[in-house]
Amino acid sequence: MSAYRRPAGLNDALGRLSAEPHRIIAGGTDVFPAAAAAVGWGRPGIDHPGRAPILDITAIEALSHIRRFPDRVEIGALVTWTEAIESDLPAWFDGVRQAAREVGGRQIQNRGTLAGNLCNASPAADGVPALLALDARVRLRRRGGSRDVPLESFITGNRRTCLRPEELMTTIVIPSPAPGARSTFLKLGARRYLVISIAMVAAGLEVRDGRIRGARIAVGACSEVARRLTRLEARLEGTRPEDAPGGVREEDFASLSPLNDVRASAAYRRHGARVLVTRALGALVHGEGAAR
Amino acid sequence: MTITAHRFRVNGRTVEVDAPPASRLTHVLRVHLGLTGTKVGCDAGDCGACTILLDDEQVCACLVTLGQVAGRSVATVEGLAENGRPSRLQRAFHEHGAAQCGICTPGMLMAASTLLGRAQPPTEAEVLDALGGVLCRCTGYRKIVRAVLAATHDAPPARPGSGNEARNDAARNDGAMQYMGQRVPSVDGIDKVTGAAVFGDDEAPPDALRLRVVRSPHPHARFTLGDCAALHTRYPGLARILTAADVPGVNGFGIYPDIKDQPVLAPGIVRYRGEAVAALVGDADTLDRLSDDEIPIDWEPRPALRDPRDAVSPGAAAVQPAHPDNVLTRGRVHAGAVPPPDDDEFVEASGEFETPFVEHAYIEPEAGYARRVKGDQRSNQGGDPGDDRIEVVASTQTPYMDRDEVANVLGIAPERVRIRPSACGGGFGGKLDQSVQPLVALAAWVLGAPVRCTWTRPESMAASTKRHPARIRAHAVADAGGRLVAYEFDGDFDTGAYASWGPTVAGRVPVHCMGPYRVANVRADARAILTNAPPSGAFRGFGVPQAAVAHESLVDELAVALDMDPLEFRRRNALRAGDRTATGQRLEASAGLVACLDALRPRWQALREEARAFNATAAARGTPRRRGAGIACMWYGCGNTSMSNPSSMRVTLSRDGRMLFRNGAQDIGQGSSTIMLQIVAEALGLPMERIDMVVSDTDLTEDAGKSSASRQTFVSGRAAQLAGADLRARMLALVNAGADAALRLDGDTLRITGGDGVEHAVALGRLPVIEGEDIVLEGRGRFDPPSTPLDENGQGTPYATYGFAAQIAVVEVDLELGTVIPRRIVAAHDVGAAVNPTLVEGQIEGGIAQGIGLALMEEYIPGRTENFHDYLFPTIGDVPEIECLLVEDPEPLGPWGAKGIGEPALIPTAPAILNAVHHAAGVRLRRLPILPHRVREALEAGGSDG
Repeated sequence: MSAYRRPAGLNDALGRLSAEPHRIIAGGTDVFPAAAAAVGWGRPGIDHPGRAPILDITAIEALSHIRRFPDRVEIGALVTWTEAIESDLPAWFDGVRQAAREVGGRQIQNRGTLAGNLCNASPAADGVPALLALDARVRLRRRGGSRDVPLESFITGNRRTCLRPEELMTTIVIPSPAPGARSTFLKLGARRYLVISIAMVAAGLEVRDGRIRGARIAVGACSEVARRLTRLEARLEGTRPEDAPGGVREEDFASLSPLNDVRASAAYRRHGARVLVTRALGALVHGEGAAR
Repeated sequence: MTITAHRFRVNGRTVEVDAPPASRLTHVLRVHLGLTGTKVGCDAGDCGACTILLDDEQVCACLVTLGQVAGRSVATVEGLAENGRPSRLQRAFHEHGAAQCGICTPGMLMAASTLLGRAQPPTEAEVLDALGGVLCRCTGYRKIVRAVLAATHDAPPARPGSGNEARNDAARNDGAMQYMGQRVPSVDGIDKVTGAAVFGDDEAPPDALRLRVVRSPHPHARFTLGDCAALHTRYPGLARILTAADVPGVNGFGIYPDIKDQPVLAPGIVRYRGEAVAALVGDADTLDRLSDDEIPIDWEPRPALRDPRDAVSPGAAAVQPAHPDNVLTRGRVHAGAVPPPDDDEFVEASGEFETPFVEHAYIEPEAGYARRVKGDQRSNQGGDPGDDRIEVVASTQTPYMDRDEVANVLGIAPERVRIRPSACGGGFGGKLDQSVQPLVALAAWVLGAPVRCTWTRPESMAASTKRHPARIRAHAVADAGGRLVAYEFDGDFDTGAYASWGPTVAGRVPVHCMGPYRVANVRADARAILTNAPPSGAFRGFGVPQAAVAHESLVDELAVALDMDPLEFRRRNALRAGDRTATGQRLEASAGLVACLDALRPRWQALREEARAFNATAAARGTPRRRGAGIACMWYGCGNTSMSNPSSMRVTLSRDGRMLFRNGAQDIGQGSSTIMLQIVAEALGLPMERIDMVVSDTDLTEDAGKSSASRQTFVSGRAAQLAGADLRARMLALVNAGADAALRLDGDTLRITGGDGVEHAVALGRLPVIEGEDIVLEGRGRFDPPSTPLDENGQGTPYATYGFAAQIAVVEVDLELGTVIPRRIVAAHDVGAAVNPTLVEGQIEGGIAQGIGLALMEEYIPGRTENFHDYLFPTIGDVPEIECLLVEDPEPLGPWGAKGIGEPALIPTAPAILNAVHHAAGVRLRRLPILPHRVREALEAGGSDG
């Protein structure tokens, strides 16, 4: 069987990582399904002497909190979807809470962590667009050091990140927006619960003096890595919020590279993203519209 | 690495487990602690069957490591009972019929238990959210929702016998019957809500070895297995690698007695991805460590035929040498003249329809074990291996076919095989074919040790049978008066690499393909075509659901073209008693389609009007959602097509007064055990509680055939009625009592009170023993529904009776996104007579859920959708309110008029949804499932997608 380490201290965990690469597990909601797929075709599962040791970080109490600072909110790496849903964070986090409610069922929400969702880096990860729209960055700790990386640069491809073997994501850092800023999240799938996105959209708007001063719009499941629609964001800057839904254009989605797959066609994904972005902006401005 | 003991609490008790810390909690609970109430459906957090509470929060135990539970508190279904009695929640599940097969029930209960003890009882939306992570394939969820609401509210919004159900009950019961028509809770229901029911993977001898199947990663290849000596050296715990050469009898199985074309283990050639190549037998730890990559298999991949159109094109290679043109079988029904004589007044509709592979997705994967029973353990004759028997315990729909298949594979007489089915965690046709049975039997036979096997979810999805993909061209003609004149049908069904039930589909479809209508001129042809795909087998409806998509779409189009109401158009053409079908069969009785449509009419008119009003408002407001109401009909022959399919039942009375009902009908969650007992008790005139029952043990029961083809209620039910009546007659004859006498079993005394009020006491101990040690009386019943073979034009009597139904679907279509959300289903089914209305409703609701899946989301793609997150089927949030209207046009051959419901339930749903989409959005979809992108494409094209 594999070595299994479950340290209670962060430094202990970082020390382990500095010594040798580990497979990191928290809620297990990605690790175990991958193991099931392997075992299903006669390959070893999670526990096998030939595989890297497991570092279970769930005993590290220091990672389990949401901390609020004047200029930022820090979400610890062990914060679950349920904890995000039940948190008293301001309306700026509505999109994260809506995304959290769309992740699996309650069983998954109770176990899965936001940080794990980012580290797994699935193109269909619900947390990625929701946090991209909040300008999140991630804190990667190693023994004797730390770096903060914008979420946009952290995920480098389909299930690829810039996390180094000796590093552990400890915190998701979300800068505080202007007062009254709001976000929302819409997901499109073929069934009600337990559904992997065909497309999803998160949008965050900061409004001052009746003008948009900061628009962040992210689209997931329509490219290898969820993307911000920077052209649209730039164009919305300084406009009146009520004009935003009508200002969405075809070319705003040029940066997407959706796939044809079992869930939907590429053309449909691109179209769906546009409908969802329009609705998300409508929801932020008028409080209406939803994917379903 | 040392193993340390992990201490935690389970159901209030502190336990200590010595196991690797990375072990899944499911494994720890089931294997180390023996708490098998927690089920494993997918090992991936997709199905929720293993839902438990961890510190009062619901989690999937398959995603939790043992290392993570140290010091914490776990609650499982075994802990739900209060003072040794089922809790209120468990009783509510039992009473509402919320547990069918029972495999999801523990997970559902644990998820629901998080709603208990709150200050405010939950709303329905909160129930859906709480249970949204647990998948059920049987119930259609509605009875689960009602059970949870009933258990959490002081005044439940709906309890059995109110509303919808009260109407169904009031129409039927005049009090003359004690059990017929009663909502008797399932006889095995308590075991299902407590987690005590034993499923395929829940039990095996402690010394059982494990078996793991090595499967082909290629859809078509030749292979050779090299020298495995090094593997045995490296893994001393590897007891044996079984191959085709180890099969002592026939290395093949299949549904038809003359087609045993699917190898137990492939003999050097594989014809689909997932086919069994070899079987590793050893201890569990060894099999966990040994990777398929270490097995010396030399693969020679060959080009694969994936599309039936390629398979039948000239020059295509033969999937099987016996079928050079890749056509496994053809079916036809030709009647009258097609095309009919030219007439300017005709209206026509035609189209090409396409449906995909559909996975049964029973939550319980294939599982079971076998042991070789020494001859000297059964007799005192000594240890002659020629007396040895094999005993197989497995999850199955067909114990008697299992017996014959295992015997054939082992090359022994069927009498030397005993099949004892476990509880069956869902079948739907998928557990009619052999899965683990021949493998574990072979291993146990060869090794002389007990051997168990449980398929993983990916393996189950790759290797098991599927619903036949269909490509259908159809053409319907009506006259100006709104009468159907002609129907042409040409259907190709992808039957995969092996025959399985392909011939059944090709035979059944032409009979049904014009729908439940009077059509004089029919030309219907169907083919089952071999490809390098998983074998297509039996799946609830045997091709008829696919055909119904075509006929109900075209009939709807004709109604629109004629400017007739779709319900009234169907009613005008509906088959009635006295009519002849396209096979020339005269329907003598029990053809209740008109009554179904009449029952639906008030709702139909109201729902169509509601949709129109909704859409007028939406259009005025410029919002993107539209509603529509669609209708569809179906008919379905109960039992095998033009083939004998008898059931035999037996009930015995012992000297000590023990009444034993030997019921060979396998209960797969549909409730056959309950209704058979109701029927036999009714026929005997004795209380159900007084009758013991043994179910589907091939040593103890008679052959009651397969739990398939919607035949158990009709065929086995009739046999049970006859058996009960036979024993009753023999009891009465003891004292020459009249038929109206009352019976009572009083210990070992049988008391018979005649119409004159005089009681006769019969001491059973004084009666001569007729069998075994103590049987003094028996009743036997056998019923084989009358049918005749079909001639070369498909003329004859393929079935003794048919179920009829019509359903309305209300959907909401998002015109911008193409999403389709069912809002309501109203289902009217002619079931002849409802033996147990709760169970009938359960079949209807569960069938509708599968019909919703067929219409909206289910699409199995070999190699791509081998898990429950890529293969989607309805969750609790996808099944809307369902209203069931039971129509009872009695079938004279059935038990007190009853006929089948299992498959009819599913058939109309998908076409009703398609027709509702048309009503909502003006587009006709021809390709299933109507995923959002397909609907959107049709909307953009502004009409039909075919």
